[in-house]
Amino acid sequence: MITRQRLAAGACALLAALTAGIAVPSGAVADETAADKDAPKVDLVLDVSGSMRTRDIDGASRMAAAKQAFNEVLDATPEDVELGIRTLGADYPGDDRRTGCKDTAQLYPVGPLDRTEAKTAVATLTPTGWTPIGPALLKAADDLEGGNGTKRIVLISDGEDTCAPLDPCEVAREIAAKGIGLTIDTLGLVPNAKMRVQLSCIAEATGGTYTSVEHTDELTDRVNQLVDRAADPVVVPEAVEGTDVCAKAPQLGSGVYTDREEFGQERWYRVDVLPGQELRASVSVAADRGVDPSYGLLVRAVTVHGREIVRGEATGTGRTDVLSTGLRYPKPERDDADTDDGGKPAAETVCVGIAHSFSPAEGVKTTPGLPVETTIDIVGGPGDADDVAAFGLGRGWWLLGVLVLVGFLAGLVWGWVSRWRVAVWRTN
Amino acid sequence: MRMTDVLRRTRAAALGAMTAGFVLLGGAASPAVADSSPSAGPTDAEDGAAPTLAGTSFRTATEIEQGQEATANGSAGDYMYWSFPADAEQRPTVEATVKLPEGARSASSTWQIDVYDGLRRRQACQYGAQTRTAGQSADTASVELSCTLRTVRAWSEPWANDPLPGTYYIRLTVTDVATADLGMPVGAEVRVDSKDMGGAAAVDGSLAEPLVPGIAAQADEDEESEDTATAVLSSIEPEDGWSSGWWSDRWVWTAVGGVLAALAGVGGYALTRGSGRPSRVPPPGA
Repeated sequence: MITRQRLAAGACALLAALTAGIAVPSGAVADETAADKDAPKVDLVLDVSGSMRTRDIDGASRMAAAKQAFNEVLDATPEDVELGIRTLGADYPGDDRRTGCKDTAQLYPVGPLDRTEAKTAVATLTPTGWTPIGPALLKAADDLEGGNGTKRIVLISDGEDTCAPLDPCEVAREIAAKGIGLTIDTLGLVPNAKMRVQLSCIAEATGGTYTSVEHTDELTDRVNQLVDRAADPVVVPEAVEGTDVCAKAPQLGSGVYTDREEFGQERWYRVDVLPGQELRASVSVAADRGVDPSYGLLVRAVTVHGREIVRGEATGTGRTDVLSTGLRYPKPERDDADTDDGGKPAAETVCVGIAHSFSPAEGVKTTPGLPVETTIDIVGGPGDADDVAAFGLGRGWWLLGVLVLVGFLAGLVWGWVSRWRVAVWRTN
Repeated sequence: MRMTDVLRRTRAAALGAMTAGFVLLGGAASPAVADSSPSAGPTDAEDGAAPTLAGTSFRTATEIEQGQEATANGSAGDYMYWSFPADAEQRPTVEATVKLPEGARSASSTWQIDVYDGLRRRQACQYGAQTRTAGQSADTASVELSCTLRTVRAWSEPWANDPLPGTYYIRLTVTDVATADLGMPVGAEVRVDSKDMGGAAAVDGSLAEPLVPGIAAQADEDEESEDTATAVLSSIEPEDGWSSGWWSDRWVWTAVGGVLAALAGVGGYALTRGSGRPSRVPPPGA
């Protein structure tokens, strides 16, 4: 085994050196994960509505638990994370719904963190007003505007939105549709059923997570985890807009792309593949809203003349975040590369078409479409397989038996032939 | 009967010869590559500490090594993602344990692991309970899930979805949960081990690059600059690098077969000569 691994490692190094030479032309890269990446931004959105006075988290009030958690989180925030704090329902104690539902304020602006200052600001909070989650999320998204780092909103609330008809879940979906790569994570303090549904809807709309919190340490751990997660570098997909026919489709190179595809729509992209290269495409369609429980996804690589080359299919049922599939198209090496015009062999334009068969659950908005994430890789083509087995080599006791038998018979025949030849020679 | 006898005898002979072959090959090969230690391992996993976080999407999947016990805390309803490398001739088995919170839940919940390959195609499980339902009662403290993939092959036709060398994604989630249990804290443990299927699974052909997402972009960045740490989709690589795909024990079997055939040939030839001189032939000089 060790032999195998060593040999493999050695040969792998050699192979790597070889493949580096024939790797893709650098012009094909569209994925700008740029070196000048901005700092990750996190906006903590805290509910300071009147209900936060309830004393049901480890014997203390919800507000006290939140304050304690915030203090610990502020201490543990990584240096490179820009953190901000926004409150909702902190200032207006009155009964006027219209005023109460505008009550959201930036407690600490998103930027390099001054721990003492932020903690002082948190300490001043007292549970006061309404729960305008929707407006607060919209404002929080504005707080995070700009830069190409990861963006996260962490919403901590203890009650469902009291400012209908603006559905916070719709707001979250709108924010996600802006394509700024923002994730909303939600935490529910001692939640009831309605609130769980609402908060997890907000989370799922943006690919975030929902957590129920019953204890202070759970809250601290979770918020810390979320802030840390924001600090992890992540590839940010590039926004593209596919078309409904291939002829007008945008040209893609290697990279990660995001798009929106409405129900019943088809999205097309074009990719150039040189002979001897392999096109790899993986597509994920996220179910960011209520969808019916059976769904499918089809990705096809089609020539410009409409002939299907290869397809990837996926189907599924039940609860899911994404449905994904992919395809591989190795374009064969051209045999007559040196015949005409002696130049570079022409690239083939491959149309990649994406169609999903999600259907919206009742009463769910159909626009904007579902987010589609496409990864395109153009790499060197695979080696040919001339045989089922590696190099056509054999293996197993039957092989040995046959070889021994044939060898033995050959030896016998050879022996008899040579005896016969000696006998003939002697008689002559 | 005769066949079995022959087989048994050849087996003994072949074993001896094979051992000789292995020793020979090993001796010949090791000095040449003895110093090629794997240097380009994934950076995050190099300190050896098992990850304690799970990703939330394919793009943010936490990279783990085979044999590593990754843990994560999450809530019911989270989609937890991990990714691991699997090389040709390996048959990976993914095992996951979900630890449910103490005390009774309001209803039963169904947990599931799905494994996807580097193209995000769902991979079938040969064996193992991929989906399990945890009862409502407090004595069900954990759910154990398992999924054994098909053997990873070095090459397959583009129209097939055979597992190929590259990144594999694990997604762990609850597929059916009562609203009242949504968001309850759960712990997860994930471990991937694989069985080496050896030359039996050695197929002809190979991929130019393993099925690692974003590998085309990575190759370019490597050429341009080494020092900037940019986010990549997957920087995964097995501990000892991707196998080149040309070596398999089929070489030994075939070579040993050739040697045995030659020996049998000599044996067969000798049989026709009898022992010593034929009686009819007078000794030289007689």
